[in-house]
Amino acid sequence: MQKISRDILVEKAISMLENGDVCSVLGWRKGEFDYDITPAVFTDKDDIKNNFVWNDFCGANFSKYLVQKTRKAEGKILVFLKPCDTYSFNQLLTEHRFDREKVYAIGIPCEGMVDINKIKEITGDGISSIDCGDKITVNTIYGDKFDIDATNVLSERCINCKSKKHVAYDELIGDEGEVLESNRFDEVTKLEQMTPDERFAFWQNELSKCIRCNACRDICPACTCEKCVFDNPKSGVENKAAANSFEEKMFHIIRAFHVAGRCTDCGECSRVCPQHIPLHLLNRKFIKDIDGFYGEYQAGDEVGSRAPLVNYTTEDIEAADIFEGRDN
Amino acid sequence: MQVKEYKPLIVAFCCNWCSYAGADLAGNNRLNYPADVKIIRVPCSCRVNPMFILRAFQRGADGVILCGCHPGDCHYTSGNYYTRRRMALLFSMLDYLGIERERTRVEWVSAAEGAKFAATMNDFAEKVAALGENKRLEDLRCKK
Repeated sequence: MQKISRDILVEKAISMLENGDVCSVLGWRKGEFDYDITPAVFTDKDDIKNNFVWNDFCGANFSKYLVQKTRKAEGKILVFLKPCDTYSFNQLLTEHRFDREKVYAIGIPCEGMVDINKIKEITGDGISSIDCGDKITVNTIYGDKFDIDATNVLSERCINCKSKKHVAYDELIGDEGEVLESNRFDEVTKLEQMTPDERFAFWQNELSKCIRCNACRDICPACTCEKCVFDNPKSGVENKAAANSFEEKMFHIIRAFHVAGRCTDCGECSRVCPQHIPLHLLNRKFIKDIDGFYGEYQAGDEVGSRAPLVNYTTEDIEAADIFEGRDN
Repeated sequence: MQVKEYKPLIVAFCCNWCSYAGADLAGNNRLNYPADVKIIRVPCSCRVNPMFILRAFQRGADGVILCGCHPGDCHYTSGNYYTRRRMALLFSMLDYLGIERERTRVEWVSAAEGAKFAATMNDFAEKVAALGENKRLEDLRCKK
């Protein structure tokens, strides 16, 4: 259950469109099913009135959309940002990926988004409608009705939410949140404590599910290159379903490496993965290492900060010493 | 049937200004190091993209070693400092995925350290040989 109601956002969006403050609105629209809420650009107020959605399924991070949308836009774009989205927003600004002047950002509080897969585990397939009230009411085509508490089906990234604080906005709706203490590295630590054979088996199992749909790359707010290294047919990783186990490892190591130090841990990669590969565990490993080796760093915390991989000190840890004190 | 003796294939990325000259010195001094070490000369250790390392494994390397100038001595002032950060993270990630950590190494070798170059390569080749063939990061399409 989100604290802010849809009506407040709709009212705000319509009034800004009518006043001519903004020329379009980036928001969420209902998809084919009640649970696949998709990002959309609204330019018409009736459209907003009828189709704008704000509920527990609005997981999409809009920051990356601004890169393309601001380039074409003649006026300002109104965008609604959840706390975790604002980190990506700042990171993209740091990299000069969009024009800040063309954006009007409204920060909205978020109580955590739910994971449809966890709901499906409870209800099974065949969901016909979902209603987000105090509880999530799910109806299935078999006539079953479920009332589910949103807190029981929160997505992994929201259970381990790192911050409820907006680090960038023009206007804030609701209260200012705080940076939270989270246990987001627990799973990484658990993996690190396994033996190399167990780790290899774990990742071989996870990564071999990959169908190379590139959804993780396309959704990632840190991946904004117009020409991607993986689009090169000579990259050694062809743009098709992985032919063998090397390709999927290469793809996922390099994908995570290319966003290392710039990844804000928004968790979009894992959300969009159709094969449910825990891709955030790769990104978090890099974040954890960076924190451990070079001091705590949160990408997107402030505009203009230097990412750890384009920075150095003369006293950095040697690559040979990183495993010291670890026997597995 | 004759069993072929296993010899590890090692790829060494050497920076043009220090380590490549160090390898040269090792040769001039008639110091032995395994012939299975294939040296690739790069303008600076910083030129080595993490993808190069993975690509070397893909094409059949059993171990990859990266040699550069000592920190502070980089011909381009700061290249090897970036390398150091990059490789620390990459090696940590490879270890995280369960790939043997002895297969990768970074070593700083100056142009005057021919002996260190030979000793490093001998040691590295020995460790990699003990691990055997690289099975975890191999591309079957590239097998001959």
